[in-house]
Amino acid sequence: MKSEAKARPASRGRRLGAFVFLSPGLTYLIVLLLVPLGLMVSYTVFQRGRFGGVVYEFTTENFSRLVDPLYLGVLGTSLRIAAVTTLIALLVGYPTAYLIAQLPNRWKTAALVAIVLPFWTNFLIRVYAWIMLLSGPGVVNSLLGTKLELLYKEGTIVAGLLYSYLPLMVLPLYATIEKLDPQLREASANLGASAFTTFRKVTLPLTLPGVMTGCLFVFVPSFGNFVIPEMLGGNKTVMVGNLIRNQFLSARDWPFGSTLALALVAVLVVLLLVQSWAARRA
Amino acid sequence: MPFWATYVFLYLPIVVLVLMSFNSGKSVYTYEGFSLKWYGELAGDERIREGLVNTLIVAAGSTVIATVLGTLLAVGLARHTRSKLLDALALMPAVLPDLVLAIGLLVFYGMIQMTLGLHSVILAHGLFSMAFVAAVVRTRLTNADTSLEEASRDLGAGPVSTFMRITLPQLLPGIVAGALLAFTLSLDEFVIAFFTVGNSDQTLPIVIYSMIRFGVTPKINALAAILLLVSFTAVIAGQRLTKIGETRAQD
Repeated sequence: MKSEAKARPASRGRRLGAFVFLSPGLTYLIVLLLVPLGLMVSYTVFQRGRFGGVVYEFTTENFSRLVDPLYLGVLGTSLRIAAVTTLIALLVGYPTAYLIAQLPNRWKTAALVAIVLPFWTNFLIRVYAWIMLLSGPGVVNSLLGTKLELLYKEGTIVAGLLYSYLPLMVLPLYATIEKLDPQLREASANLGASAFTTFRKVTLPLTLPGVMTGCLFVFVPSFGNFVIPEMLGGNKTVMVGNLIRNQFLSARDWPFGSTLALALVAVLVVLLLVQSWAARRA
Repeated sequence: MPFWATYVFLYLPIVVLVLMSFNSGKSVYTYEGFSLKWYGELAGDERIREGLVNTLIVAAGSTVIATVLGTLLAVGLARHTRSKLLDALALMPAVLPDLVLAIGLLVFYGMIQMTLGLHSVILAHGLFSMAFVAAVVRTRLTNADTSLEEASRDLGAGPVSTFMRITLPQLLPGIVAGALLAFTLSLDEFVIAFFTVGNSDQTLPIVIYSMIRFGVTPKINALAAILLLVSFTAVIAGQRLTKIGETRAQD
């Protein structure tokens, strides 16, 4: 009913309005997003040019290269690193978000801003800080008086990713936990449930949307990252982002680079679909 | 695990970073004494100064594009269509991995044979900042009272003058917050700039990237300390601004 009442005033004016407001942004999105992505996807079936670029001759070679164990292995490594990072971020982020939500009101905002603040500083600077801490003659080794090899390991990459994206886990978690009615937990406790049962049966299911959003926010930038594996992993551990970067900037194989990028997007789309399916079932 | 451990994890590297920027020695690993000499070196570094100017140009240009287009888009999406597809399209630049956006644009620029430079980065940053501006403005629109707009329409004002006189003033705090966000995002953005800038010009994050690859020096620490100060101030100022906007909207 309401929508009919809204549609009443001069529909020509409305259509003009829609055109005036929507067309500039949409044109921009079409030209600089959809066309480039379409182009990238079309490159996956063409051959590489000798000096970069592309030769418009059909081939399925890029896809057969993609399923080569070497490249599948890289995808597997990237999935594993991103998944481990996401899991740790959840285990650290959940209690943090929970405790912030319990703070008195005037402290809440401050505590939350303090979580986000490092996220707003230059990403490369944050990675650099870890090189400084962990490298051979680094701060950690000189404090401990040890000579541990802390850089250039898979764990170092996970630490760097965790450091960079933890705030993206805490924020959505906090948003859902904050909205939770404390009476639900009290009722559960009054009815004799232990703290753990209350958490498992009341708090966790109700905050699941936040958990999923947070996991997605951490997983997506971790999975496609190439700077952190390069700087903290010393190019020893190759992730799919490094591979794509190299195809475009050093190997000059744009079609294969595009194919890898398509694979990256495909993995993320599958995850999104799983997430929305799980959200609908929950 | 104690609550403050998360904060220690987040801030300890930053504290060490800043501390070492005041080191009088050449190493970032052993503190020898207090000195501001690295800040002096920084001020004399031509590459960093150029990078900074380029970054500011890119951030300013892309913020203008993103703010204008993002605001219009948000109003259009909230008031003139119910298409979920367009909603999703508008969010896409913010959701897609930056690497995918970057190579898509690189491929596109190559195809139309555009010379790369700061302008190509401005266009690219405009794209992904627009999504953030649209999202921020959109939240204000959904919370805003539509009765004023309806009254304006009923009194015979067209969509454009309703927008200019009623919607825009109401949205102003959201637009300012969105613009601030766009500016900050562009200042720090590395991946897209790295792919779309070409060889001639470099933005500050690209300069930092090549400095880090070359080796660690307290000069990077000094630069980091200044950037930290700038972004911390910006975030806290932004926080205040949104608060003021919210109280005004409530009045």
